[in-house]
Amino acid sequence: MSDNEIISRLKKIVEPYVQRTEGMENFEEETDFLNDLQINSANLVDVVLDVEDEFDIEIDNDSMEGMLTVGDAKSIIKRKMAAG
Amino acid sequence: MDKTTILDQLPYSPPFLFVDEIYSVNDNSISGGYFFDSDLDFYRGHFKKAPVTPGVILTECMAQIGVVCLGIYLNSLENMAAENSHFALSSTDIEFLKPVFPGEKVRVEAEKQYFRFHKLKSKVEMFNEKGELVCRGIIAGMILKSNNSGK
Repeated sequence: MSDNEIISRLKKIVEPYVQRTEGMENFEEETDFLNDLQINSANLVDVVLDVEDEFDIEIDNDSMEGMLTVGDAKSIIKRKMAAG
Repeated sequence: MDKTTILDQLPYSPPFLFVDEIYSVNDNSISGGYFFDSDLDFYRGHFKKAPVTPGVILTECMAQIGVVCLGIYLNSLENMAAENSHFALSSTDIEFLKPVFPGEKVRVEAEKQYFRFHKLKSKVEMFNEKGELVCRGIIAGMILKSNNSGK
């Protein structure tokens, strides 16, 4: 799966949880879930669970803690998909 | 962890404790009860001449049993002590079907939907003494370590 494909699927997943919608206009690797999109930590859990379903992977606690930006999420998804 | 230990570790006290008893608990579900004493202060104002238990209080009762008590139990399975944790309600989606009047005793049944990354989401139902469903819904909360500011 290409990086663009992963990011566009990710964008669809995060959309319902975003508080700051302007942040979605430039949805790129540097986009930060907490600051740019104002997704709180409780909703970030739901994002991660949706990511697991969408990409058929399992995300562990350490990966979750390192998932601050769209780019972090993309790298974790790629790594888990390669491992699976 | 046994049922009385869960009650001992609850971070609430009157007038905001809405759990009397845990009937059963396992890693997937919990059942508990609470008696709404007609002397509870909020009945004086809700409503002035027709006391009925506020929906927010029913929600709180369901959250204390279905999320906090179950969360304390689930955390104990991971050797995390309740005194080192704090709890934050993150979402509720509740439907209220029947009124609960002063002097009624309710039973709350909750089933874990997931407990991942410190978030517990439960499907919760409340029944009156006749066994009728009075409210139901989904409640979620975060269980955080006390040194964590939480967001």
